[in-house]
Amino acid sequence: MSYTIEVNGVKHDVDAEGDTPLLWVLRDILNMTGTKFGCGIGQCGACTVHANGSAARSCQLPLEAAVNLRITTIEGIGETAIGKRVQERWLTLDVPQCGYCQGGQIMSATALLMRTPRPKDEDIDAGMAGNICRCGCYSRIRAAIKHLGDAPIA
Amino acid sequence: MAINPSDLDICPPQTALSRRGFLTASLAAGGGILFAATFPSLAGRAIAGDAYAGASMITLFARISPSGVVTIFAPNPEVGQGTKTALPMIFAEELDVAWKDVVIEMADYQGGKMGSQSSGGSFSTPSNWMPLRKAGAAGRQMLIAAAAAKWGLPASECSTSDGIVSHAASGRSLTYGLLAEDASKLPQPDLEQVKLKDESTFKIIGKSVIDPDKARIVNGSQQFGIDVKVPGMKYAVYQKGPVFDAVVKSANLDEIKAMTGVSHAFVLKGSPRAMEVPPGTPGLGIDDGLRGGVAIVADTWWHAQKARGKLQVDWDEGPHAHDSTAGFNAKAKELFSQPPQGQVRVDGNPDAALKDAAKLVRATYSYPFISHATMEPQNCVASYRDGKVEIWAPTQNPGPGRAGVAKLLGIDPDNITIHMIRGGGGFGRRLANDYMIEAAAISKEINGPIKVLWAREDEMQHDFYRPGGYHNLTAGLSKDGQLEVWHNHFAGFARNDYFAGSAVPNRDSFPAGFVKDYALHTSRISFNVPIGPLRAPGDNAHAWVFQSFLDEVAHAAGRDPIDFQLALLRNPNPGEGEGKPPGRFGPSFMAARMIAVIESVRAKSDWTSRKHLPAHTGMGFACYWSHVGYVAQIHQVAVGTDGTVTPQQIWVAVDVGKHIVNPTNAEHQIIGSIVDGMSAAFGQQITFENGRVQQSNYDNYPLLRNRKIPPIHVAFIKTDFSPTGLGEPAYPSALPALCNAIFAASGRRVRKLPLSTSMLRT
Repeated sequence: MSYTIEVNGVKHDVDAEGDTPLLWVLRDILNMTGTKFGCGIGQCGACTVHANGSAARSCQLPLEAAVNLRITTIEGIGETAIGKRVQERWLTLDVPQCGYCQGGQIMSATALLMRTPRPKDEDIDAGMAGNICRCGCYSRIRAAIKHLGDAPIA
Repeated sequence: MAINPSDLDICPPQTALSRRGFLTASLAAGGGILFAATFPSLAGRAIAGDAYAGASMITLFARISPSGVVTIFAPNPEVGQGTKTALPMIFAEELDVAWKDVVIEMADYQGGKMGSQSSGGSFSTPSNWMPLRKAGAAGRQMLIAAAAAKWGLPASECSTSDGIVSHAASGRSLTYGLLAEDASKLPQPDLEQVKLKDESTFKIIGKSVIDPDKARIVNGSQQFGIDVKVPGMKYAVYQKGPVFDAVVKSANLDEIKAMTGVSHAFVLKGSPRAMEVPPGTPGLGIDDGLRGGVAIVADTWWHAQKARGKLQVDWDEGPHAHDSTAGFNAKAKELFSQPPQGQVRVDGNPDAALKDAAKLVRATYSYPFISHATMEPQNCVASYRDGKVEIWAPTQNPGPGRAGVAKLLGIDPDNITIHMIRGGGGFGRRLANDYMIEAAAISKEINGPIKVLWAREDEMQHDFYRPGGYHNLTAGLSKDGQLEVWHNHFAGFARNDYFAGSAVPNRDSFPAGFVKDYALHTSRISFNVPIGPLRAPGDNAHAWVFQSFLDEVAHAAGRDPIDFQLALLRNPNPGEGEGKPPGRFGPSFMAARMIAVIESVRAKSDWTSRKHLPAHTGMGFACYWSHVGYVAQIHQVAVGTDGTVTPQQIWVAVDVGKHIVNPTNAEHQIIGSIVDGMSAAFGQQITFENGRVQQSNYDNYPLLRNRKIPPIHVAFIKTDFSPTGLGEPAYPSALPALCNAIFAASGRRVRKLPLSTSMLRT
């Protein structure tokens, strides 16, 4: 069956079953591999994308439910003003170690900053609770979000 | 630009007995100069279980192009530990080029010519430090010689900076790129005679360099193993048994083959797993053979995975289908009621000393098996065709993988190409190559390219685990509160009479050598769980036991826990403490270095004022020497009456010698190791019932999340020793520092991991 989904502002016709998780549509059908597979049960956040601007776990989002959503991935988030600044700050603070979870971390951080431009520690705790970093880069993730919160885009 | 294998032939073959390093230079294809430096491989390379220990290997391979771009090949795989950046920094420093002109390329596996090309044991920095410095300095000397010859001036009057040779008096200068071709024709300097830079003039070493991969990581374009795709590739899942080494009797293959997208479903017969080997045998004790199972191949991974949901397999589960954690615990208890079976070390007369002690402290500590849980699940792309295999793998250790594939498929190792792709975390998991073996076997069966990808459940239930263990400890104190005797009966996991790798404490683990009467006895619990190295193998468990018990004993003696350990460190047994025990990968233990990091962290944390902390809040201290790094840390936590632990601050002091090669990454490794250790303490355990692993995913094997991580203050103490590695040293002391802080805050002593709130409720 064919579905049309919008990813990073581009419409794609996807020929797959409706219950296929968006994660695997992105990775194996659309060849957008920045969104990572970690757990498959919505626990780790490596597969985080934005659906209509909110963070969503793409391993839990079936293709048929994605048809009416604007999907943004790590490959496209740099097109938004906040996403671009998050990526830049992630690099200047050298946030990643292995880097595998960082696409998902950046997507969650961007969603947090879009909603809450000046996040407090409790906001960061809640907004980043869905993303595991096995390497333990949490201190720099928090520092990067705080720096951005100190100078939000008006 | 990849390495052309024939490029490496510029280095004449060396005998295994060669003790000296040497540099080879030649004209590069397309202009410029190629450098290859060959050094005897250090014995510690044996960590990879390869055949190269003692043989010589190409440590450095680099090219300077006519435009001045310096391409340095990184031989060792990157899994987030920073080796791929740190090693080229050392060479570039001595070559004296600008870092902006350096390009780092990941080398493919070179079949031993570049050594094992493994990453593990915090070994990359100490083993490459002098070789890379000498190679860089020799290259610089050749470029100076080329300029001097061109100008007809003495080399001694020329200097270098940022890839340019200059002659100050005449105002002449030439770039390395323009000198490269001339330099390639000059004789190569003796590496043992070459003049190294004055270390105070370092411009690259000691300045933070961000791994160029990270610019791609932040926008999703960095390729990891899981992202590799080759033309015509299919996807596979591989279902292994619910009990280790189970054998497939039958499976509903026809039903699976009929499912959407599935092209193949077949049984692969595994080989029996090699059992534990005698201590001292080279290698990691990991069997890179194929385990039996069912392969499902489909047009997408999701189709293969979905089909697995319908898979029904009748397994012969073998003799271990009744093994359980409860059974292991009962066995340990039984062993502790009996005389020990063996001994690792006895100093003085501990039995007599225990009788004479004024006060005895007894405790039993136990810790579970744990899993590596790398964020990127195991995966591999393999393409078999006409007796040759091309492999793309996020491996930490390609050599044994290649040997395993060659053996399984019955082909010459030279017909196997391995591309090493960035891995999403290693922690020792990717020293094994089981995923590579599976991919090669499935690719051969379907005669085409395949990507094998493990689900998280495969990952959790088919790891090479950190072994659990049990320690039954007794300490004896004198009337004035001195530690007089330390007695430990350890019960650990073993097969065929041999302990699993990293199960048994090192004979030299502190406080051994610092207590007059000391005993470490052992007993064995039979088991059948695959075991492998996990970050700071051995130390990652034993440090928690020893440093927790020392804290317990200090409290029993009415002493400050830091003063108590300092007093021990200042009074080693004759012949200990200075230069003993030997360092595996670097300088030997020196008590003075440990004392210095302890005093630093005590001052930074304001430890002596801790009695002013609020109620239910406390500080805990621990220190440990691991992978020749000295680490002391102090954790401050609050423990609620409901047993909830809230870390508040952490201070850590580290001594790994005189240079921190790449400070941004060094801090990452320290903090990452501490978070890793805390994460293990808070929630990680692998338990068994009916021979089956009970945990399956991050919901029942939790890792720490951002909210639990307090500010972590890192201090480096620089001492006059060659720099050593940082991937592991800070992990071991994190767990006991946390648990000792919990004791200070709550009065509850943690003697069993992981933590549970019920154990800490007050």
